Amino acid sequence: MLIPMGYQGVHPPSHKSLTEGSKIRRFPLPNALYLSLQQHLGAPATPLVKPGDRVRKGQKIADSQGAVSAPVHAPTSGEIIALSEHTAPHPSGLPVLTLTLAPDGMDEWIDPPESLDPFTLCPESLCQRVGEAGIVGMGGATFPAAVKLLGSLKAGVKTLILNGGECEPYLTCDDRLMQEYPEQILQGALLMQQAVQAKQVLIGIEDNKPQAIQAMQAAAKGSGIEVRAVPSRYPMGSEKLLVQQLTGIELPARSRAADSGILVHNVATARAIYQALFENRPLISRVVTLSGGALTHPGNWEVPLGTLASDLINYASGFNEAPVRLIMGGPMMGIQLPDLHVPIIKGSSGILALTPAEINANEPQPCVRCTRCVRACPMGLLPLEMAARIRSGQLKEAETLGLQDCVGCGACSYTCPSALPLVHLFNYAKGALGKRRQEAEKMERTRELAKRREARLIQQAKEKEALMAARRAAAAKKAAEAQNEASSS
Amino acid sequence: MSQVLHGPHTHTQNHLSQMMFQVLLALTPVTLYAFWLYGWPAFYLWLVCIGSSLFWEAVFLRLFGKPVARHLLDGSALVTGWLLALCLPPWAPWWLACLGSFLAVAMIKQIFGGLGQNVFNPAMAARVMLLIAFPVEMTRWIDPSHLGEARIDWQTALQVTFAPKSSAVEALVNDGYTGATLLDGMKQHVAQGGLVSDGLIHFDYHLWSGFGGYQAGSLGETSALLILLGGLFLLWRQVITWQAPAGLLLGVALPAFLLHLAQPESYPPATLHLLSGGTFLAAFFIVTDPVTGPNTALGRFIFGLGCGLLAWVIRTFGNYPEGMAFAVMLMNAAVPVIDRYIRPRVYGRRASGEPLPIDEKSSGGQS
Repeated sequence: MLIPMGYQGVHPPSHKSLTEGSKIRRFPLPNALYLSLQQHLGAPATPLVKPGDRVRKGQKIADSQGAVSAPVHAPTSGEIIALSEHTAPHPSGLPVLTLTLAPDGMDEWIDPPESLDPFTLCPESLCQRVGEAGIVGMGGATFPAAVKLLGSLKAGVKTLILNGGECEPYLTCDDRLMQEYPEQILQGALLMQQAVQAKQVLIGIEDNKPQAIQAMQAAAKGSGIEVRAVPSRYPMGSEKLLVQQLTGIELPARSRAADSGILVHNVATARAIYQALFENRPLISRVVTLSGGALTHPGNWEVPLGTLASDLINYASGFNEAPVRLIMGGPMMGIQLPDLHVPIIKGSSGILALTPAEINANEPQPCVRCTRCVRACPMGLLPLEMAARIRSGQLKEAETLGLQDCVGCGACSYTCPSALPLVHLFNYAKGALGKRRQEAEKMERTRELAKRREARLIQQAKEKEALMAARRAAAAKKAAEAQNEASSS
Repeated sequence: MSQVLHGPHTHTQNHLSQMMFQVLLALTPVTLYAFWLYGWPAFYLWLVCIGSSLFWEAVFLRLFGKPVARHLLDGSALVTGWLLALCLPPWAPWWLACLGSFLAVAMIKQIFGGLGQNVFNPAMAARVMLLIAFPVEMTRWIDPSHLGEARIDWQTALQVTFAPKSSAVEALVNDGYTGATLLDGMKQHVAQGGLVSDGLIHFDYHLWSGFGGYQAGSLGETSALLILLGGLFLLWRQVITWQAPAGLLLGVALPAFLLHLAQPESYPPATLHLLSGGTFLAAFFIVTDPVTGPNTALGRFIFGLGCGLLAWVIRTFGNYPEGMAFAVMLMNAAVPVIDRYIRPRVYGRRASGEPLPIDEKSSGGQS
């Protein structure tokens, strides 16, 4: 297209056929569950139990702490055997505080609270209950759902959008959820609509999932919720693009969707909200797509949170060949796992074991300015120019080109014929700029403090001076009086 | 622990070398046709161009301490050498080809920093330098209509390319094998007061001779049809985009059409400009060079348009009958300016870079 914003997107091979026909199966309880206290964006949860305690299924074992946080619940009954550090599902492989739960096999629930129709609740208490259930954004961002709902309620959103895009290759967990539990997703959507008082609810599903679209449309009949097919191209599932596709609204840079009157939530989050409010079941399991060319039996599993990825693969599948890369999430934006000894967390949409042919990694070659990255970028950026600046250390210049508008979707790196690690460069630059900014702020704060100290010292000196003067005056007066007295007597 | 890698964890199958080899594939039909048209010397010239390009590339990669095998295999030197061969007179001597590829690969590309760093299109810049330095050798065109009657065998052809000063070759050249290109002939014809319509008859020009390319010129100035075929293949494979070619063709055709309309006997028609000279080769293989072109769609269109207009201006009012190489070089120099002023609009921002205003109507306005 001639107009400057000629976004074409990319179409990576979807590989969804590996798992799209596989029904969601319940994963049995493993020998131990590793419940990370940091399964969400924000402050880690504070443990409420200690090693040796017996917990029941659904019991809150760690509470949220601070404004942006989420509690953690026990996925089954059993004994807490450790509160220790365990490798987190993060490429760094750094440990986070983790509760280890040894299931007792009885799967005994906590006593259910009195049942009530959640639709009778006021928006605020709906939001609060969502927060109590430990629900976070389940598309992978893991932002606490209650915080987002409450913020949207306050901002006054008009439109609630459910994201059923699932544009990442391989992943089919949302697809299967929409096919198998459309009613639950719908009820969850209606609850969210009530929680934020939205006037309109839209569900956007990529058109490569015709069965999911059909199921959701059938479920939505008569509810006032509109299910719409959106074109399949990566990254359609990103908030900004889905909003633009469905409503025509382009979210202004550096603003939240709520500012434009829009709230976007994942379909899996809607189902979790349904389960929390109708079934009194907090977020204790999630559907995970197990896929990749290195696995013998790819499939979709409803897995208790805290299950180790190794347990999942050992039980559900096995390896055809040694995988060269293990990924949590999708292949475009997912994170590389250091090993399989990491637990499933609330944001784990998939565990992928990829072969060299699937990754198709190549040695980077010089950029020939072919501008495929420009055509691929959904944000209308110039990845090649930003990368060139970053490589020569001109981070500020890269920022003026729009580095901070980059959503890190990876479409540019995917399509680059020279195999340049563009996203890597952008992440590095964002990190380095953030650090610089922090240091500048720290300097500014230090300077401010030093200034205040100086002012305080001057003030103190002045006060001291004044006091001394007063004392001197008093002493002089006293002396004068004494003299007067002496002279008068 | 393994090295930390950022996403994406999957990559396209389309690699740099594949792009290059698709370009070569697209060039093959017109090259084979040129071999048939101009005989063995054209083939030898092509061999020399490619061989010397690879040689200079290897030498300079070595000199700059880069991994020779990996960069040679990316195919860029092959493309440069091939395109250079298409820009030379088919009976040019071997040293001209060697010098040309040295200029293209070493002086224009490697010295500027290698693949992706050159400012000027290597083939075009080399052609311009050669044309200025060796005007006689660079304008000795072969008239294929003479060749049709008596083709020279491969031994004589070896002499044409490798021993151009030998008496046998001199005899051949003086024997009327050479002729002016259509653009050159027409220009002189008009300059001497001839009418365009007479010229067209005199040079036996009609639409199909242009498309078929049965005329004197460089290897790449022959069949517009075969070049178009290659160009369409590249468009289909998404190796090139349509903006620059469209701009160039429009840039040549529009002024030619308008002036021909106004003064049909002084200015040749647009079809003659489009189908002769290097117009089609430039449109699909030269201005689509990603390295020396702008990085936005609109920028590429402007770039192509500029090349076309300048080429037409040089052809019509300049001293050279063919101005495509000069036009491309001039526009190459303008690319940084185009890129500076033409940028895509960022999502959520105005063209000026300010964030879009938040639409108050769409939000509930309760806050």
